[in-house]
Amino acid sequence: MSLIIDIVISGLISGSMLALLAIGFSLIFGVARIVNIAHTAFYMVAAYCIYFVTQKLGVHPLWAMGIAVVLVTGLGLVSYQIFINPIREHHGAVLIATIALAMAFQEVMSLIFTGTFLSVPSLAKGFFVILGVKVFYQQLITFCVALFAIGVLWFFLMRTKLGLAIRSTSQDREVANLMGINESRVALLTMGISVGLASFTGAIVVPLAVLEPHMWTHPLIMMMAVVVLGGLGSLKGSFLGAYILGFAEALVVFLAPMGAFLKGSVALSMMILVLLIRPEGLFGVAFEEER
Amino acid sequence: MTLIFFYLRKFFTILKNEVFVLPYRVAVLLFFAILLLLPLFTDDPYLLRIMTLTSIFAILAASWDLLSGFTGQMNFGHALFFGVGAYGAALLNKYTGLPPWGAIPLGALAAVSAGLIIGIPCLRLRGTYLALTTLAFPIILLGIVFAIPDLTGGELGISGIARLARSRITSYYIAVVVMLGLCTLMWKITDSKIGIIFHAIREDELAVRASGINTTRYKLLAFSLSGFFAGISGGLYAHFMRIAGPSTLEVSLSFQVVIWAIFGGIATIYGPVGGVFVLFPLMEVLRFWQDYRILMFACIVLLILLYMPDGLFRWLREKTEKECPRCKIRNVALRETCRICTASLD
Repeated sequence: MSLIIDIVISGLISGSMLALLAIGFSLIFGVARIVNIAHTAFYMVAAYCIYFVTQKLGVHPLWAMGIAVVLVTGLGLVSYQIFINPIREHHGAVLIATIALAMAFQEVMSLIFTGTFLSVPSLAKGFFVILGVKVFYQQLITFCVALFAIGVLWFFLMRTKLGLAIRSTSQDREVANLMGINESRVALLTMGISVGLASFTGAIVVPLAVLEPHMWTHPLIMMMAVVVLGGLGSLKGSFLGAYILGFAEALVVFLAPMGAFLKGSVALSMMILVLLIRPEGLFGVAFEEER
Repeated sequence: MTLIFFYLRKFFTILKNEVFVLPYRVAVLLFFAILLLLPLFTDDPYLLRIMTLTSIFAILAASWDLLSGFTGQMNFGHALFFGVGAYGAALLNKYTGLPPWGAIPLGALAAVSAGLIIGIPCLRLRGTYLALTTLAFPIILLGIVFAIPDLTGGELGISGIARLARSRITSYYIAVVVMLGLCTLMWKITDSKIGIIFHAIREDELAVRASGINTTRYKLLAFSLSGFFAGISGGLYAHFMRIAGPSTLEVSLSFQVVIWAIFGGIATIYGPVGGVFVLFPLMEVLRFWQDYRILMFACIVLLILLYMPDGLFRWLREKTEKECPRCKIRNVALRETCRICTASLD
């Protein structure tokens, strides 16, 4: 019984983290056709930022989260303007520019903080017990905040004018431009929102995670799998796909022998199985082919 | 005797009229000559080792270009072929005692079957979906490798396999000759009718299908050809390093291949090869600043891309050559008139 609760908690938390990351990734892909490999690198930078602000400067964790999100979003916008915007028409070049950016962030972080494993204390200490399983308050906070953020984002995309502009640009860039939407400004804004989401994810997950400069690669792979599984550009798909893969991972870790090694393999195999049946993902919107 | 003179004269005429007129052809000739003659001038083990590894990775980058550059099937999991080739050759060598010249091609055949296995589900996907899905395959295999450490050695990999050749210089020559041979072969393939179909599939698959060409067959052909060449490079790597470890399947290797190829310029074959020959030794030069190595590498890639988004070698070729507007023959950029039809080049 306690095993089931463990699986549920771990699945819910990694699922919400993946959902937040995947939504951001899929937003910027939809609007600007940028496959942003550096997406989870921003998440890593935000986590380190919080570590630095709380541990070295002694700022309250809540303020630290705000500072981290603002700083990393700024960083994301600056690197977008300098390195990605000038070569946006060359998809291959953008791709390796984002890979190079991610590598650069990883190296800068390991130069500053060295490669040692670091951790950040949780926002709320303590735990409560359900059916003999400890549930830390921090896990509860992370889960609720993530759900809340997804709700806010959904409201923003579906109910505001800016959200409408973002959605229409991702449906058809040229027509959106003709309708008077400043396409490049929408792309910049979306980049900001996307990086902001990544850093927010980093901020709420950091008390539960171990900080090290390579912490971005596993979430990156899982996030891409979520995006493909749910269907590129579909909010609902990313949300559902994230929980499917999060639970798949949790099940394998707790139940299978050698689970820690196989967790990625099983989750990714599931993604491929779904793609065999539905090539456009669970809720895929068929993007019109770019000519 | 006269026949020999005839062929010699023909050879020199071709050399004079076709090769020496264009800078990039001279560069390719020099590239071949330098690589083949290098051991005559130096037997520095470090340099030879770097050049051997560079040649092995050049095959890998060119094979990525064959699949992703030409056919447009973006493959983010190219390490799969490399890893299957390496592990295949290493397992064959270790458990059946097959020498390298037998183990490497058989390992490459294993990589071909891997190419077919991932090619068949991936045929239904295109563009970014394909890229993100292919990323998954090497990671799945890596999980399996870690899960059965008795056979694969787990984290440590399979070590103690046969040396590629007895001496360092022989290994160097094997790697370089295989690289030059395979890259010429790949270039020939892409220059043939098959290559034109590959190009066309990238540009507009629907139109190719409408012309009565079975694109599925050609895409599978691209997957297996690319898998074969990448598998050969994996096998060479395993036998040269005498270890086949999990590093051959890592995401970073897949990304590295993409960086090499796009940096050099895709859909050219010579671009990725040149990209490896620039970037891989560069990494070694940067070893002097050990801590800042990867950072500097990333910054150099970023900065060069800002100015040459089509790749370094495509940019160089564009700057040094002009195409004749009338007969479509390429000329040195310095010429005023075309060397064949004397039409004026603007």
